[in-house]
Amino acid sequence: MNVLVAMSGGVDSSVAAALLAEAGHRVMGATMLLLHKETEFGCCGSTRDIEDARAVCARMGVPHYVLDFSGSFEKNIVNPFVDSYLAGETPNPCIACNRHVKFDALLKKAMALGADAVATGHYARVVKKEVTTQIPHPALSQEEREKQDFLPLLGEGGPEGRMRAEELQKETEKPLFRLKRALYPEKDQSYALYHLGQAELARVLFPVGNLTKPEVRATAHRLGLKIADKKESMDICFIPNGDTPGFVKSRAEQTGRFSPTLSPGPIKDLKGTVLGTHRGVAYYTRGQRSGLGVSLGRPVYVVSLNAETNTLYLGDDTDTECQETTVTDTVWSDGSVPTKPQDFLVQIRSRHTPAKARVFPTPDGARVVFETPQRAVTPGQAAVFYEGDEVRGGGRVAEVILVTREDV
Amino acid sequence: MSSLYFDYNATTPIRREVAEALAPLMGPEGLFGNPSSLHSSGQRARAILETARERVASLVGAADSAEIIFTSSGTESDALALMGIAFAHRDEGRHIVTSAVEHHAVLKTLQDLRDTHGFEVTFLPVDSSGRVAVGDLERVLRKDTILVSVMAANNEVGTLQPFNEIGDLCREKRVVFHTDAVQWVGKVPLDLKKSSVDMASLSGHKLYASKGIGALYVRRGIRFHPLFQGSQEKGRRAGTENVPGAVGLGVACALLQKELPTEEPRLRSLRDRLEQGLLKTVPRCGVNGNPVERLGATTNMFFYFVEGESLVLALDQAAFVLKDPTVPGVEISTGSACASGLSDPSHVLKAMGLPREKIQSSVRFSLGRFTTDEHVTEALALIPRVVERLRSLSPLWQEAVS
Repeated sequence: MNVLVAMSGGVDSSVAAALLAEAGHRVMGATMLLLHKETEFGCCGSTRDIEDARAVCARMGVPHYVLDFSGSFEKNIVNPFVDSYLAGETPNPCIACNRHVKFDALLKKAMALGADAVATGHYARVVKKEVTTQIPHPALSQEEREKQDFLPLLGEGGPEGRMRAEELQKETEKPLFRLKRALYPEKDQSYALYHLGQAELARVLFPVGNLTKPEVRATAHRLGLKIADKKESMDICFIPNGDTPGFVKSRAEQTGRFSPTLSPGPIKDLKGTVLGTHRGVAYYTRGQRSGLGVSLGRPVYVVSLNAETNTLYLGDDTDTECQETTVTDTVWSDGSVPTKPQDFLVQIRSRHTPAKARVFPTPDGARVVFETPQRAVTPGQAAVFYEGDEVRGGGRVAEVILVTREDV
Repeated sequence: MSSLYFDYNATTPIRREVAEALAPLMGPEGLFGNPSSLHSSGQRARAILETARERVASLVGAADSAEIIFTSSGTESDALALMGIAFAHRDEGRHIVTSAVEHHAVLKTLQDLRDTHGFEVTFLPVDSSGRVAVGDLERVLRKDTILVSVMAANNEVGTLQPFNEIGDLCREKRVVFHTDAVQWVGKVPLDLKKSSVDMASLSGHKLYASKGIGALYVRRGIRFHPLFQGSQEKGRRAGTENVPGAVGLGVACALLQKELPTEEPRLRSLRDRLEQGLLKTVPRCGVNGNPVERLGATTNMFFYFVEGESLVLALDQAAFVLKDPTVPGVEISTGSACASGLSDPSHVLKAMGLPREKIQSSVRFSLGRFTTDEHVTEALALIPRVVERLRSLSPLWQEAVS
């Protein structure tokens, strides 16, 4: 199989590429250039990660290319990320990148280049299930179509009967691809891949999805890959220093997106009493505890951010709990939108133990009602619907209805 | 499956004759001496170094072999000329003129002179074929202009600059004229002594010698400030001479001088065949640059609705792309690549004022000594298939043909 492997230069995608090459697939390594430092005559710098990916490919004897997705990344990831913060939300740029860059733009490019599949170093699994539907031959009359039930008997009755059988046994084989959690849940990344539909799932490979991290590192050592012990990156790739508020501010200023949420505003408690002043709601996130500059003699948390009034509401930990949230921009893994309410395990951020909830389909997406209230369900994050360890769909957390108060 | 190499402007293979000429330099019995040593080993090394210098001088038509300085690369030659002149003449003026389509070796050096050493740089525009107008140069020259640097032939599109006219104007205005001749030397007969060129850069690995050797022609009487201090190369480029590199360059120059009259027309006709063949078989493609005033072995072409970057990659991996293990790869490039392996939108095509769709879909084919008729035939069979394959998945292409 021709496989294009998206390589970040880290150990997971390196091992993904190496395992595929070892298994005899025709592998092409590709590192996406996501951030482009423009200079007057426009020449790029060479980053460490590109060199690492290239070294792995050289070691495995497969070609490696750098593909420029910086334009798409800026437009589809960085700008919406800043806008989301300015609107008082907490976006997840990795999900957006998976959705719009890795499993869209890159996947399309890979297909154009003759790849049969794109592989990444994500910890998740795609399981293919064959679904066979028997459909009657279009040439058959209505009466004959209704005879489908007699299929087991067909084949009898001489040549004519056999011909009928062939006509009736025409089948559409429609495999169903299911996205499942990684075999070892500690590193599971299926949450960030919930948006993958059948078209994408049919074309992606996650070679490390049934390995543990120590196994991945051991594989890298066995294959003599230099990056075997490379440190994992925890930061958002375009904010290497981890200073998200600083990034949002400078980026908004550079691109002329002025928002009142970047200016100081009032901090209130849930009764509306002013407690102090915050730096701008764009700099905070729901459930946040530290850095509030307010001392009430007990732990206080950001319960709500109102972007319109640039007001930050504080309360106790339990005040951040929510029973219900609306979800927009929903996707369903098998491609069919449910019409009836359904019970799922719903995960509302990347490190959250999924909670039992009933999902009600709505014209705009879905309404999620948790069995027990959940802490800090945050607009901008994804709500992913699981059935056991299988992703069934998900969407973007929109409006959160808090248990304590609904008007903050 | 060996690939079809159409990227001679990026680098060339080392010729067998060059490799063979280097054999006597290897091993303990070889000619390994330091040319500056007084003993016999040193004297022998000095002798072959000077022979090499004469061969280079002869190919470019220098009046005297002392006008050739060996350097490490074309880039170093450019830097030595530009910084050397700038630093030597900074009290007379700080204005430098160049063109917008120079190689990065020139552009980046001049940017640095501007940004960190207080020089002022004027970038001359080019017409849609990539040529500078001498009239434009005349308009921007000032009393404090100390240096003009305009390349002889462009590496990306092959367009030739009117460098004799530029040189004459510089001579008249008493301004030093440097030309980056990396793509020019060895491809066109040259007689620098009869030209108005004061300094010219060349690079070994573009003319079948090894990487790591370059040369700078400096007309006698041109004063410049060396970048490294020491006695070698008459104090103009310190550091023990790269004798094997220089010897190889000398041999390569001598061979080219002999072959040039037949090789130039041969490559020109192969290039024309490739270009015409593609124009005929691939819809919606065309040629960038000057159709007449250009190098014989270079063509820069656009293929609408195909990204240049993708085409380079797809041709390299043609077997992968066409799912046919029997086909070879075709090695070409978009403009000039840099360390990360990524190509930027070409500053040359931008300066020529080409629309975005053309710039993004352009690639360069460059031919050389080992390109054969069969290579062109094979490439002509393969390239249309790969372009078609890439286009078949482009929604824009579907729209354009429907």
